[in-house]
Amino acid sequence: MEGNRFIAGAAAKSDCLVAYERGDAPMSVVVRSSVGALFGKAIGATVLRVASEFGVSSGLIKVDDDGALDGTLAARVEAALRKAGFVRLPSTASATPLRAASSRGRFRRARLYLPGDQPHLAANAGLFGTDCLIFDLEDAVVAERKFDTRILVRRTLEESLMLGDREIVVRINPLSSPYGRDDLSEIVRARPHAITLPKCESAADVTEADEAISALEKAAGIKQGSIFLMPIIETAAGVLSSREIAQASPRNVALCFGREDFSRDIGAVAPPAGGGAFPAKGIESLLARQMIILAARASGIAPLDSVFADVEDEEGLFLSCLDARALGFAGKGVLHPLQIPIVMKAFRPTEVEASRAEKIVAAFDGAAAEGRGAISVDGQMVDAPVAEKARALLRDYREEH
Amino acid sequence: MEWSANSLGRAIPVEIKGRKLVPFAGAFADPCRERQGEGATRAPRPIPARAKPSKLVADWDELLDRLDLHDGATISFHHHLRDGDGIVNEVVARLAARGLRDLTIAPTALFPVHDALLPYIRSGVIAKIEGSMNGGIGAACSRGEIKETCVLRSHGGRQRAIQDGQLTIDAAFIAAPCADSFGNANGRGGKSACGPLGYALPDSERARKVAILTDSLVPYPCQPWSIQGANVDWVLEVRSIGDSSKIVSGTTRLTRSPTQLLIADLTARFIEAAGIMRNGFSFQAGAGGISLAATVYLAERMRKAGVKASFAHGGATKILVDLLKEGLLQSIIDLQSFDLDAVRSCAENPRHIESNPFASYGPRSAGCVASMLDVAILGATEVDLDFNVNVNTHSDGFLLHGIGGHTDAASGAGCTIITAPSFRKRIPIVREKVTTVTCPGEVVDAIVTERGIAINPKRGDLSERAKFAGLPLLSLSQLMDDVHKITGIPEAPQFKDRPVALIEWRDGSIIDVVRELDI
Repeated sequence: MEGNRFIAGAAAKSDCLVAYERGDAPMSVVVRSSVGALFGKAIGATVLRVASEFGVSSGLIKVDDDGALDGTLAARVEAALRKAGFVRLPSTASATPLRAASSRGRFRRARLYLPGDQPHLAANAGLFGTDCLIFDLEDAVVAERKFDTRILVRRTLEESLMLGDREIVVRINPLSSPYGRDDLSEIVRARPHAITLPKCESAADVTEADEAISALEKAAGIKQGSIFLMPIIETAAGVLSSREIAQASPRNVALCFGREDFSRDIGAVAPPAGGGAFPAKGIESLLARQMIILAARASGIAPLDSVFADVEDEEGLFLSCLDARALGFAGKGVLHPLQIPIVMKAFRPTEVEASRAEKIVAAFDGAAAEGRGAISVDGQMVDAPVAEKARALLRDYREEH
Repeated sequence: MEWSANSLGRAIPVEIKGRKLVPFAGAFADPCRERQGEGATRAPRPIPARAKPSKLVADWDELLDRLDLHDGATISFHHHLRDGDGIVNEVVARLAARGLRDLTIAPTALFPVHDALLPYIRSGVIAKIEGSMNGGIGAACSRGEIKETCVLRSHGGRQRAIQDGQLTIDAAFIAAPCADSFGNANGRGGKSACGPLGYALPDSERARKVAILTDSLVPYPCQPWSIQGANVDWVLEVRSIGDSSKIVSGTTRLTRSPTQLLIADLTARFIEAAGIMRNGFSFQAGAGGISLAATVYLAERMRKAGVKASFAHGGATKILVDLLKEGLLQSIIDLQSFDLDAVRSCAENPRHIESNPFASYGPRSAGCVASMLDVAILGATEVDLDFNVNVNTHSDGFLLHGIGGHTDAASGAGCTIITAPSFRKRIPIVREKVTTVTCPGEVVDAIVTERGIAINPKRGDLSERAKFAGLPLLSLSQLMDDVHKITGIPEAPQFKDRPVALIEWRDGSIIDVVRELDI
């Protein structure tokens, strides 16, 4: 922002830089685009449409575009206008997006993190077979881009045509940071399936988010409690409160571990290559992982392991997934789509799981034929989402064999 | 200008500068057959005297004096040195300094380094290009900056045009990494080694005058002679024929783009599911990111299934060379080496076979390597609902690429697969009608994108097998609609009437024209 000029976006592939300049002359739009011959008119029309949503009728909007999709362009224009102090006219509020519901107990084996401010990654992110797609507003986004990014992510979720049937998740900034509250008020109305809360250290961190989300759900006319929470534990204090955190909100569906921040927090220093007597990498976090697993399992939610940071090391990733699974984790974070098939392979269904799933499906279908919806199998309540998960497990199992 | 329509409904001028154009009539219709050989070819050389010929000239001036070129001459080049080529620009600059004008340049391909020709196009030294036009020169052509209507041909089509006497070359300038003073030449040795030298073979056989330019003169006989000295008039030793660091890229690192890898994986799965991946099968895949990855994934499937391929055709890379060494490939038939491993393998491994455009792609051959292919994996800038493929222009109308061996491989292979992302940035790849038809849908069997595979309805056999294997199939119109939801529907670029380039089908008929952009 320099005086009367307000800038949003980036001059990057599949993105655009939008500048709004205040002025008294009637609104004008200047478009420079690498796809101008094909989309020049469409770009101009979108700029005017968004400007009208904000009641802007004077000044100049300049667009420097390199093939941004329409939703990206709209997000950039909106961000520039909001920086200039314009507020969306209430009559133009975007429609609540329609999205198939998620379910509490669904698979969350691979959850792919997407840096929220890189729109070219979003377009195909639904194609790579991940269970969860996490749009990151936190660590992947530098402070001066937080504002633009949360608008971009909201717009992406509102359209979400390209995201497929993944569980759509947003990682917000901690509520204790200057950004967390703004993240929530931007994102909740776009109805993500879940929100992940980084750096949770106490039950209060979760209840604070829960209450804020409830208020926003109410304001947006969304069913109370429909947005899930996945707290991330990545400090010593968080580990010690993991049970309280897991049980702090009925929205919780998973408890995630963040290894890198945790190691830093406890002052762990990896020995030089070949040094040290411990047999395994990650030894510093073993107890933390086990506490998180116990807390999550005792609370009936899924413990999910941290990401594996070296995206080139496929063998290392596979082994770390086997270890995670052996400890009791139900999934792993993923930084690059190429890691997804490796994680899925490590977490593929076992024979025991498959035969149990077969039993559940058979019992559920049998009951359904008699007009009963929920039944009990070996003492476990089986309803439609549980049966659906069992079916998905069987599909995976049969594909493997 | 009078126009007629070809069998794809594309408007084709009836005549351009005295050349009566034959409209495309189908991939194998060959409506030009009767005109075969109508142009002049090289007059028979006089029988040489009883003496050792002396072909070595002292310098450029002596060479150009002896070649005796005039205004309007056609000169030709090969592209084995790729973006490292130093000869094309040098020859044109020297001819320009001698005051020549209205030259026709007939290269087998041009690269960004040849953007240095732009001033000669604007000043009238170059009036026409018959060959691929890429990057800056293609854009200049689209803006109408080249005086005459240019001609784009496939590698096979170019060889045929030379054979038929339709493209007559006054002088062929052949940059040779290794040659003797008699004119025998190859690309295997020397500091500018490039592997095969076959693209220059048709020129050496038919051009009126043939000159070899080399920076590595070896004692007679230079062997193997990819270019026979018996066809060569003059030899000039130069300090350097190019920048060897750009002749071979040296990068064979596999793409990390998840979208490209997804397409490559689907392609390999499709080839296996379609029953093509059998012992002794053969394939051609380019050196683009998707093709290289598809080759790697296909090799994994071959390993697992215990299948060995008889040959791979086209450009050679380290990836193919490693498969050859591993024994998954019986041989490589190589037109052009893309990296140092391929150059070395071509020189050392007898199962790494150097080819040429006639043997590989010749339209008027009794069959060529392409006709022995079971599957070809090719790229595209656009495809349309009729499976027509565009590799020449972008959706905004700019001519930016040559044809290469695309149409030759597509026409020959038992199964032609086009791989492409369904959109690039905001630009959809599937169009109702392609901007320019390079290759007719008649010879295109499947289009593999990250959103699924579209199979030509003519190939019910392929779709049945793909469906049985559980591969994601969809129709092109469904794919186009899906992609439009993401990108929006693009406007059509605005053209003037004037054709700036003809897209010649392999047989010499005209499949489409590129028009001047109205910008």
